[in-house]
Amino acid sequence: MRSGFTILLSSLAVAAAQLALGQGTTMSLPNTVEAGTAFSIQSTGSGKATLYIIGTGQVLKRDVQLGETVSFPAGSLYNAGRYLAVLAQESSTQNGSFDVVPAKKPVDMSFFAKPSRLPVGLHNAITGTVFVFDTYHNLISAPTPVSFELSTPSGAVQKRTVVSNQGAAWTAMDSTAQQGIDRFVARVEDVSSTRIVGQVPGDPCTLKMSARPSGQQVELITDPVRDCSGNAIPDGTIVTFTQTYKRTQSTIDQPLKRGVAQVTMQVHPGATLSVASGVVMGNQIGWVR
Amino acid sequence: MTVQRHFIILFAGCVALSHAMAAQVAVHVEPMRLQTSRPLTDQSKAAVIRDYLHAWNGLQAALEQNRPELLDADFVGIARDRLADTVHQQGQLGIRTHYQDRSHDLQILFYSPDGMSIELTDKVEYDVQLIDHDKVISTRRENARYLVVLTPSEVRWRVRVFQSTHD
Repeated sequence: MRSGFTILLSSLAVAAAQLALGQGTTMSLPNTVEAGTAFSIQSTGSGKATLYIIGTGQVLKRDVQLGETVSFPAGSLYNAGRYLAVLAQESSTQNGSFDVVPAKKPVDMSFFAKPSRLPVGLHNAITGTVFVFDTYHNLISAPTPVSFELSTPSGAVQKRTVVSNQGAAWTAMDSTAQQGIDRFVARVEDVSSTRIVGQVPGDPCTLKMSARPSGQQVELITDPVRDCSGNAIPDGTIVTFTQTYKRTQSTIDQPLKRGVAQVTMQVHPGATLSVASGVVMGNQIGWVR
Repeated sequence: MTVQRHFIILFAGCVALSHAMAAQVAVHVEPMRLQTSRPLTDQSKAAVIRDYLHAWNGLQAALEQNRPELLDADFVGIARDRLADTVHQQGQLGIRTHYQDRSHDLQILFYSPDGMSIELTDKVEYDVQLIDHDKVISTRRENARYLVVLTPSEVRWRVRVFQSTHD
């Protein structure tokens, strides 16, 4: 009985000592750590312990001597996020948390430009989206100026500067009147990224054909086909010639070659000839011969 | 149109409810503050929220079982790589972590004009449990604000950036 009481007292004394040890151990954590920089964690107390740094981005584990400063060299923690620090001894633990924040300097970006090819003369049709990252590919959520520049071969330039919001910045620009290859550049400080945007002619603006006899048949030929900005419609674009005669129609599709479409067809006297490309209608000719 | 809208809202509610019932997670969605001119349909909004909440299940399973392949359905790019690295680090150190989300307060911030990315914030409350060689070392409740970018994949939105921020 006495022996049991002694064991109980001994157990209580050990437990009390361990609690005191646990209570006497403290851990001093930084509030924030910039990604990739050195930092340290100070502990008080004595004895050995294990220090865990736990996050969804990284995990570290160190055997430490309590009462000493645990130093983490630059590059130890580089993924931004919330980290849990746990200082564990045999019978007690201390925990706390701190944040690893992105480095301030932008070093990388994701630049999405759409579309890669579009007709000329469209308002706000070219969009660019940028996400700004530091050297460890942490999204920099602090407001950061992002400049966008769309330049055409003729030298025309559209510029916008947008301040990123929570790491994202976007803009919309017009396609210009002239066909060609545009350079779409996004720039954050000394980091830039370029996308190529092809501007192609729009729909034909005016479509005009002429007709002349060619033996027993009639030769139909268009004027050079251009969009409303004067850009030549690309070869291969289909032009449709239609003959309407006594409620019957016959059509011939012909691709543009060297800017014009040309066809020779049998035409009934009194027929009406018309030309179209896509939704654009051209002129009509009444064939009387 | 109204019926369809109500159905979508009901669907989003069911998604949130099913996630909440599975682990007693409270989900609150703030009104959108979209930066772009591109409208976000109720259907897309519901899908993004559903897929993001589902991603927490993948994260929990991968970090608790130290199996990076469990991330593949929900994460892509840098987010997937980072989480997979963490899983490998845990495995090398003989530790596991259990993340249990308790509540989410979500707000969609940005829908890119090309429709290829959505950014949201999540004020999330969660428990983190540290397990070293099957011994529970510590459990702690945390509140953090996550910045999340999702991109569309074949059949779902997947998390491309998953990063808690310091406010």
